[in-house]
Parts: sequence; C-alpha cells; structure tokens
Amino acid sequence: MDYKKILKELVSIPAVSGFESMSAEIIKGHMEGKCDEVSIDSFFNVIGVKRGIGESPKKIIITAHYDEIGFLVKSIDDNGFLKLTGMGGVDPKLLLAQEVVIHGKRDIEGVIGAKPPHLLKPEETKKAVKLEDLSVDTGLDKDEVKNNISIGDTVTIKVPFLELQGSKVSSKTMDNRSGVAAVIGIMNMLSDIKLNNDIYFVATTQEEVGLRGAQVSSYAIDPDVAIVIDACHGDMPDCPKESVYPLGKGPAIGLGPNLHRKLTKKLFDVAKENDISYQIDIEPDNTGTEAWAIQVSRSGISTVLVSIPVRYMHTGTETLDITDIENTVRLIKEFLTALDGGMEVIL
Amino acid sequence: MILKELTELNGVSGSEYNVMEFIKGHVEKYADSVTIDSMGNLIAFKKGITGKYKVMLSAHMDEVGLMVTGYQDGMLKFKNVGGIDERILLGKRVLIGDKRIPGFIAAKPVHLQEKEERSVNIKLKSMYIDIGADKREEAEELAPLGEYVAFYSEYTELGNDTIKAKALDDRVGCAMLMELIKERYNFDLYACFTVQEEVGLRGSEIAAYRIKPHVAIVMEGTTCSDVPGVDEHNHSTTLGGGAALTIMDRTSYGDKALVNFLYKLAEENNIKVQFKRTTTGGNDAGKIQLTGSGVKVASISVPCRYIHSPASIMSKKDYDACLELAKLALSRFNNDEILGGLIS
Repeated sequence: MDYKKILKELVSIPAVSGFESMSAEIIKGHMEGKCDEVSIDSFFNVIGVKRGIGESPKKIIITAHYDEIGFLVKSIDDNGFLKLTGMGGVDPKLLLAQEVVIHGKRDIEGVIGAKPPHLLKPEETKKAVKLEDLSVDTGLDKDEVKNNISIGDTVTIKVPFLELQGSKVSSKTMDNRSGVAAVIGIMNMLSDIKLNNDIYFVATTQEEVGLRGAQVSSYAIDPDVAIVIDACHGDMPDCPKESVYPLGKGPAIGLGPNLHRKLTKKLFDVAKENDISYQIDIEPDNTGTEAWAIQVSRSGISTVLVSIPVRYMHTGTETLDITDIENTVRLIKEFLTALDGGMEVIL
Repeated sequence: MILKELTELNGVSGSEYNVMEFIKGHVEKYADSVTIDSMGNLIAFKKGITGKYKVMLSAHMDEVGLMVTGYQDGMLKFKNVGGIDERILLGKRVLIGDKRIPGFIAAKPVHLQEKEERSVNIKLKSMYIDIGADKREEAEELAPLGEYVAFYSEYTELGNDTIKAKALDDRVGCAMLMELIKERYNFDLYACFTVQEEVGLRGSEIAAYRIKPHVAIVMEGTTCSDVPGVDEHNHSTTLGGGAALTIMDRTSYGDKALVNFLYKLAEENNIKVQFKRTTTGGNDAGKIQLTGSGVKVASISVPCRYIHSPASIMSKKDYDACLELAKLALSRFNNDEILGGLIS
C-alpha cells in the first residue's frame, strides 16, 4: 500500500472535532471493499466490520481518531474580518501569516493577520500573541463574507503536504490521520485473510475534546480487546529525550496502568518474534489517548496502545516517518493473527 | 498574470539571479540595451526620441528570507536576511537553495512547552529548520553554510480581486516596470531592476550613480495596516484605496512638486490614489535621491498587508491603479516642457 498517497488524501479532509459529519462519508469510502460492512453511527464514528469465521468469535476493536484540532468562526466585523475560537490544543504563536480555509457555504481561503510589528508597543512584542489578537483576512468584501460565512463555521489551516528527506513527510493532522492510514492499511492487509475473531475498525470522532467518539463506540460494540492507534511526540532537538521518540525506529508500544499488562506483553512478544522495530512508551498515568476512555467502558475492556511518533504535534508541520506507519500495520496484523488462536490465557 | 511567476521565483537579497534571468528574458526584446552590473542589478535602457532627459524607474528584485548558519544534528540553524518579524516564522514552509529542498521552521509543540514558555515569543536563535535529515553530514550536504532559504508560498487569487503571495514586495514593482518598458518615450528610459533593497538599499545606490537620472520613480509594494487592532490613524495605507504616494518615510522625502503632480494627475483621471499615512519603512528612493548632486524622486506603491511574510495580500485594483498612474505620468513626461518644469 502506498501510505504516502493515502496519507496525503487523508490529511486533506477537514474534520474539526465535533464537525466530522462533513467528512464521515469520505472515511467510509476508504473502508468500503476492505471489510464486510461499513456504517456511520450517531457520533459520526465510522465503523468497518470484518466478520470472523470462528464458532464463538471474540470482538476486537481497533480505533484511530479522525477528528482534528481547528477553529470555529466566532465573529465577523464590519470590514469582513473574522475572529476565531480554538477547538482543541492550538498554539496561537504559530498562526501569524498562516493560511487557512473557512468551511462556509463554500470553502474560502484566508490569511491570519494581526497588528503589524512596527505598531506594537515594546512590551507587546515580547508577549506571545493570543488568539483574540488575530483576525482572518479573506480578501472578500464584507457582504460576500456575510453571504458565505456564518458564525460557527469551521476553519482549518491550509498547508501543503511536504515530502522531506528519506521517508519523512510533513503536513497538518498527522495526529491522527496517520493512525487512520494504519487502520486502512491493516484492513487492506487482512481483506483476503479469514480470521476467527470479529474485527471492528473504528475511525473515531471528538478525541481532541474528550475521547467522546471512542467512549460511545466502545460501549456500542462491547469488545473483548481494544487496540488504540494514536500519535506520540517525535524527537525534537529542544525537547527532553525521555518524552520523545525518534522517527523511523518503529511504533511506540504503551506501558502503564492504562494498558492491559498481559496483552501489552503479548504485543511486545509479537514485535520481537516478527522482527518488527518498536519503541517503549512509558505512560505512568493517563495516556491522553482513547485507551483512557475505552479501558473503563462497561465492565472494562483489555486495551493496548500503539503510537506513531509525530514531531511538532498540533501544528501545521506535523512530521513522521512513513516506515513507522508500515511497521504499525505489520505489528497489529501479526498481533491479530496471534490472538486468533485464542486469548483466554492472556485475558 | 506574470505576478504568479515572479512571486514564485526565489531571490533573497544577494541571490536575485533567478528573478533577474526571468525578467531579462522578458525585457530584452523591448530594450535597446540591457546591462547587468557588478552587484546583479539589471538595467534595461530604452533610448528616447528627443533624449533630452533621463528618467529612472526602479523596482527591487530581492525579497526577505533566511540564510543557513549552522546545524543541530540534522536540523538547520538560520539567520534572517532583511527585516522579518520573528513571530511569523514558526511553522512556515521554506525552500532551501536552488535545489529548492523543502523544509519548515519548527517549533516545540504546545504540550511540551513549560507554562512560562507558552506566553512568550520564541526567539529566532532558538528556532531551527527541519528538512527531514537525520544527521549533520546529510544536512550539510543538502544545505551548506550560507545557503539561502526562501519562504514557500503559492500564488493564490482570493476573492474580490485580491492576491495572496510571498515577495509581493517588490515583484509588483518588477511586473509594472516590465510593462512600462514596452513603450518608447521622448526621454531616455532606464528601467532598473535592483538588488539588495531589503538589506540597505544597496543595489539602487550604484545603479543610480551609473545613470545619474534627472528624475526617478520607485515602484514598490508598501505596508498596509488597515487591520483589526490598529487605530485608523495608524493605517499606513488602505487595501483597495488605490495607488499609494509617499510624502516621507524613514529614508526620503518625495519631491513635493512631483508627488503633487502625480496626485493631481490621478484625481483628474479618476485613478484611485492615496497618500501613505505613516512614515515607517523606506525604499530605494532613499539612496537614489542622494546620487551625485541629488535626484528628484517619488514612489508609487501597491499596499500589501502582512508584508515581509509568506502570505502577503494585495488588491489587483491597487496594482492596476499604480500601473495606470505610472503610464499616464510617463506619457506626460513625453512633453519635455512638463518634465523640464518638474525637475527645474
């Protein structure tokens, strides 16, 4: 599978948390033909099911959220400039002269501007700019703005998909479209293989605002095992080594109270047996991922976490190594195969 | 529109040659001679019919950008070339050198910033460019020390006659000069596409000395601060308000007779015109006016919001107004008496 190609397609889809409905059908399209049935639930989670052939199949869900951080239009002034409110953890320092797309009646491009530097007072130049200081300039006159844009419309940043040196790529929303790409990759790899267990592939919503899509979909499916795919911090020169993971060294397997001990051990074993590169992601508390919500769904679900290292999280320059997606797909495919022989001992 | 090609070429101050070659290819057929001087200024000369006076038009080819100064593992350290508001750099795409190697200016994610880091601006010296290289040697090979780095920004037409691009300052001037040289005039015309404006008006200084014109008009992209958060009295120019004429800035005074002549000419011919209403910034006029025993100068500028950033915005109508006003002024200059009167 050409992961660069599919990732490029996936990152271009707008799906600000809570407003995924505009893109659910596109995600569904990516899943169709790769499993037995695909549906969209009331939270716009997209669920692909691969039915098992076993006599009493267990249910395994694999989740990756497809919502993204972004903005909503908060107000429109008399000259047609827009003010924004943030959805999810956005750093305003990155937004000056940033291009954006407003998803109004039609998609409208704009640029985020602010008071120019020579008009700032000396004390203002030191302070980081706040979201309320920024305005979107669409270049449209105010009537056209008001005819096409409403308060509450979503806004996403507009960035190109860059192919960097080696197998690295950079764009927005690698968190967590890289996980969605891995889910689609796993579906693709399993499409000609019969398994005993039922596998539920879930592209989830509202992760960035409180793991909500995962909560309702794991309740509805009521699985025996959950595999969560998300992004972890890639290595950056100015960040402490213990909180980041090098790119290209394989997915990071989560270890800690949020994750099922024996199932996690099995995941490590599978990686070693199949000679798949991996790293260890120490999570002494809340992982900040959907694993946190899924682990306590109904009477509890055995959950593991696999993370793809992504540099510069929550920026328009999220960067990863394609081989880490490939290894994530291989690892989880082998893990599912290993669990297919029965998992009573582990659970 | 030729502005797309012009703005998507890279020509950070000191490395204007790609822009110069492009312009040369377009103006050669209209000029009587084309000179490229020691710094890389391109001077297209068109002999006048009477040739009594020498008129210099000036637009600079260079743009603000960055230069590679070192490495941090596979990351590139850099400094700015020309005046850039450091705050706009984070997260912006760049192209490195003539090979146009893609990269971006990287930032520590918000989750890993300490609380006090979140509320202060990150200094340029703490930033780095990520091109995806793992090792220093790889980075050195692809982006050697001193390599020029330009912003990456696609020319985009937004709604209502507006354009988003990088380097509108001053490829708009270049585009207008490329148009104005198509005519033959009574006076000798020197269309100067200058270098190194952004690092101290360096190119125009030697170009003007070579020419010693009677009068010079600088065609520019200038600041436009008519945005929320700025009081109206601080709006340097207004987007869509027409051609901007400079009374004074930090480097020069526009010649009063010449500026008034241009303003009146615009008004009489229903060309939208405005004065630049703040005195910040400067342009090639600052050096040209001091050439020899002095040259009368004026600037006609296209207002550009978010100037010196990868996403500047201008109005096509303002561009058209500037070009129309310049054309009209030159046609008036064809009358030796009018031109003579203005420069006496």
